[in-house]
Amino acid sequence: MYDFIISFSYLIASVLFIFGLKGLTHPRTAVRGNLLGACGMLLAVVVTLTDRHIVSYEYIILGLVVGGAIGAVLAIRIEMTSMPEMVALLNGFGGAASIFVAGAALIEGSSLTDSPILQLTIATAASGLIGAVTFWGSLVAFGKLKGLISENAVLFSGQQVINSILALLVLGLSIGVVTNPESFSLYWLLVGVASVLGILLVLPIGGADMPVVVALLNSYSGLAAAATGFVLSNNVLIITGSLVGASGIILTHIMCKSMNRSLTNVLFGVMGPSGEGGQTADEVYGGKVKSASPEEVALLFDAARRVVIVPGYGMAVSQAQHPVASLAALLESRGTTVEYGIHPVAGRMPGHMNVLMAEADVPYDALKDMDEINQTIDQVDVVLVIGANDVVNPLARTDPSSPIAGMPIIDVDKAKIVVVIKRSLSPGFAGIPNPLFALDNSLMLFGDGKKMVLDIIAALKDS
Amino acid sequence: MEMFLMSFTVFVLAIFVGFEVITKIPPTLHTPLMSGSNAISGITLVGAIVSTGTELWITTVLGFLSVVLATINVIGGFMVTNRMLAMFKKKS
Repeated sequence: MYDFIISFSYLIASVLFIFGLKGLTHPRTAVRGNLLGACGMLLAVVVTLTDRHIVSYEYIILGLVVGGAIGAVLAIRIEMTSMPEMVALLNGFGGAASIFVAGAALIEGSSLTDSPILQLTIATAASGLIGAVTFWGSLVAFGKLKGLISENAVLFSGQQVINSILALLVLGLSIGVVTNPESFSLYWLLVGVASVLGILLVLPIGGADMPVVVALLNSYSGLAAAATGFVLSNNVLIITGSLVGASGIILTHIMCKSMNRSLTNVLFGVMGPSGEGGQTADEVYGGKVKSASPEEVALLFDAARRVVIVPGYGMAVSQAQHPVASLAALLESRGTTVEYGIHPVAGRMPGHMNVLMAEADVPYDALKDMDEINQTIDQVDVVLVIGANDVVNPLARTDPSSPIAGMPIIDVDKAKIVVVIKRSLSPGFAGIPNPLFALDNSLMLFGDGKKMVLDIIAALKDS
Repeated sequence: MEMFLMSFTVFVLAIFVGFEVITKIPPTLHTPLMSGSNAISGITLVGAIVSTGTELWITTVLGFLSVVLATINVIGGFMVTNRMLAMFKKKS
């Protein structure tokens, strides 16, 4: 009877998690969905606390309090621009939790019976392996996002060979854990080698590819939880882990598609065709780039009836989301229609720009995705590109030899006028010049994103 | 073996449910989706709690560490997701 109540409560928790995710299908129901998920978690935890195997509660309560306090402070303090770092960190913690739970289960399993069953040992090896790759991979991703580690792709010769050797070693150790579950040191050795592998796998991946990595590690953290579910034969862990695993895979796929790159290319730090034979920056820009002042741009906005703003990671870096939203509000109060064109990989994680604009009180129905905005972009009077580069580079359409060939872009070059706010003509992540800046209908506004937008607002108010 | 097959069935079916539900989530909510899935993947807490409460000191230590980590995910994940979602407003 007791076991029935526990299993039944876990089932209800799983159902609540699924309803919680279903709530996320619309911003209107999303808050409630999140609450449903939290209720499911509370139910699962409360029921687990009544487990008969528990003999003392001190460390459980201490752990809940310490973890809860750290989590709450992180959640309240974190800047919206730093959400990718937060998610990377949480991915990692999820992976690490799986390592320890599986490690503990291995010890308990051996103390209960002489020969732990195969499911337990295979799943334990998987938990330790995936958990360690997730934890260390996420820490490297966190370091790159935070700027602690070089954002560039770190590539060295023999990398593939070292990774292959490590992968074989991990495989061997996994078999060792499965066949000799009573030797715990093998498990921790597996965790150690998998940790090195996790670090080396993420190190070669560059900053602008972080959306893919963060999504992929999100998926891994789910799979680690599912593997731990197999260790404990616990369905709520298996179900939840699979949901998170599926979510991460879907996001990874969307991100790769939006860059027209295969997952293998992203993972091994390979950029499409080398771009050999492409034009140099001087050939593209030479004498053709027109620079404008905030006052001139204000005049353009003054005359515009329809404006589209295309934000990129640079907007997050200069914390320009609030001024951008103020500019949009000012224009709308003068009767101009303002919309936002959001590229799926703009920023450092899926949906990054949407959250930043929501933070600045921009209604979500003003944010249009790439395909929607491209349909009518030729009727737009002024497009303002702020902090985006590769995602608006027309070479993706025109030059099949370019590293970004075939990547879907926002076709801002088709608008009547394009204003680009940028510090300099330096290339984006793909390392290629952007002919957009030299087009007849483009104007460059050189400077810091936030300051330039504030200057435009001031000029508009003066006119 | 039978137990494994049962667990595996649940695993496969849950992945299908996940694909069905998550493909319908709009790009606008992809960041809250990630932080929200961080929160629910803290369900490892369930296993962590039991390990912490056992008599063996070594499993108590491992359990304690995982309780801390999983609780950061649960509390941090749900709270930050809630904070973000509260900012998504419709045009008034």
